[in-house]
Amino acid sequence: MSQVQSVSGRGVPLVGNDIDTDRIIPARFLRCVTFDGLGAQVFADDRAQANGQHPFDQPHYQGAEILVVNRNFGCGSSREHAPQAIAKWGIQALVGESFAEIFFGNCVAMGIPCVTAAPADVHTLQEWLAANPQTALTLDLTTMQVRFGKSPISVAMGEGPRNMFLSGTWDACGQLTAQAEQIRQVANRLPYVKWNRAS
Amino acid sequence: MMQAIEANTQQNNIPFYDIGSGKQGVVHVIAPEQGLTQPGMTIACGDSHTSTHGAFGAIAFGIGTSQVRDVLASQTLALSKLKVCKVEVNGALPTGVYAKDVILHIIRELGVTGGVGYAYEYAGTTFEQMSMEERMTVCNMSIEGGARCGYINPDQVTFGYLKGREFAPKGEDWDKAVEWWQSLRSDADAKYDDVVEFDAAEIPPTVTWGITPGQGIGVNEKIPTPAQMTASDRDIAAEAYRYMDLQPGAPIQGTKIDVCFIGSCTNGRISDLREAAKIAKGRQVAAGVKAFVVPGSEQVKQQAEAEGLDKVFEAAGFEWREAGCSMCLAMNPDKLEGRQISASSSNRNFKGRQGSASGRTLLMSPAMVAAAAVTGAVTDVRELL
Repeated sequence: MSQVQSVSGRGVPLVGNDIDTDRIIPARFLRCVTFDGLGAQVFADDRAQANGQHPFDQPHYQGAEILVVNRNFGCGSSREHAPQAIAKWGIQALVGESFAEIFFGNCVAMGIPCVTAAPADVHTLQEWLAANPQTALTLDLTTMQVRFGKSPISVAMGEGPRNMFLSGTWDACGQLTAQAEQIRQVANRLPYVKWNRAS
Repeated sequence: MMQAIEANTQQNNIPFYDIGSGKQGVVHVIAPEQGLTQPGMTIACGDSHTSTHGAFGAIAFGIGTSQVRDVLASQTLALSKLKVCKVEVNGALPTGVYAKDVILHIIRELGVTGGVGYAYEYAGTTFEQMSMEERMTVCNMSIEGGARCGYINPDQVTFGYLKGREFAPKGEDWDKAVEWWQSLRSDADAKYDDVVEFDAAEIPPTVTWGITPGQGIGVNEKIPTPAQMTASDRDIAAEAYRYMDLQPGAPIQGTKIDVCFIGSCTNGRISDLREAAKIAKGRQVAAGVKAFVVPGSEQVKQQAEAEGLDKVFEAAGFEWREAGCSMCLAMNPDKLEGRQISASSSNRNFKGRQGSASGRTLLMSPAMVAAAAVTGAVTDVRELL
């Protein structure tokens, strides 16, 4: 399991509040049994309507690794296809004003940090990226800052998930299964596990 | 995808309620029907509307694929503890105002991010007087308010619903279960992280006009103007006016409708179909409107047919369909086409949600959808009752 202490790369701004998971990956793309190929379909309808002007299609943002968004990004459904599609396009980390909780949790399970920043700082960063699409920036989870061509901005993330990234335990499955004995004990305490269903 | 689920459930000895089994349907409809959903449980499904099950006093929430793996591997999840916001609504609902209107009103008032970081505890006499199906409608849309889960304390209504269902405890265990369930209720002096209160008498039949579930208004109100909003809501409102092609300050009532959809995990239960059928009975779907009814499960369908509701709908010009999700999210061929506008009893009015990248959705109660179907436009259902 790999530690995620910082992510460095070029950034892409995606302006707008309440960008939901149906826009990130429309439901017709959910009939797959693996996440392969979702990168090409990310924001399919928004991109088709933008006629090449969507940031994910603009040549100067190709290869970007840090996505900078506004309020309530990823609201809506629990489809992990949404962060998977964004990640398969190339994104390794997100900075935003706020994130929907299920989207955030899915990102943790994938090793993709989502950090929040003050709205004014997010706007500054988005404007800077639009002017400097070829210059790299760094999200540093040890100092909780984004460093770019201006003075760094402070970012936030809950201590629990932050520690999971820093220590490389963001994929909880191994840790959870290692607690099999404790889990058995808790299950034994739960009354409904043993109730009789036959009349 | 269907072959994969058939093979995987068989290999891993997981019961699968297939089409034609008599138990097939939307998980948020069938799990309560079977008595699988019970107070005190922690319930997770790969779907955000798992919050529905909170109606039974369960902690129930949606998770993604990797977290489903964690559950299947370990029966547990790594989670952060939620804060609790008590959402109290008191009083009797006025005629023509339904559970759907209550939750649309709450989301309108608290916003689509109001519940982020919180569980909503729905409390007060309005919820106490609701049936389990109405409570499920409310809890279902907690996620639209940003709350990952919402719940109602279990009471006699809950126990009455569960008793005798296939997976409910039986015999002596039933008495033990009720005793334990009663012990789960929030204490009268419980401290909450936040409390908000509403008066049921002030809730109107509510319709969304925009592209987020928080953009709702009373059916007799006008679409809000930017001046009536906080600064942070204006950008998404501007996008909504453009996308919906609706004018600020214009009435929502009278907006012409192309498609009417009654169904979904929010409003696809038998009581929803009964309320819609009351409006449809003896009337005709307006010319040029496509209207269809999709029961939430095979059991709902069977029950509706036993009551003759299918005949009521068909006589009025509605299509009567097989159980499923249908045009709530348009994974099957039930889709809006082009710029069509729908009156829908589902839960999301996001851009493109109902299968057309430019399709438009107005959310409302099933009775209001039926009213829109027979008049061809957004209509105050109280005029037809």
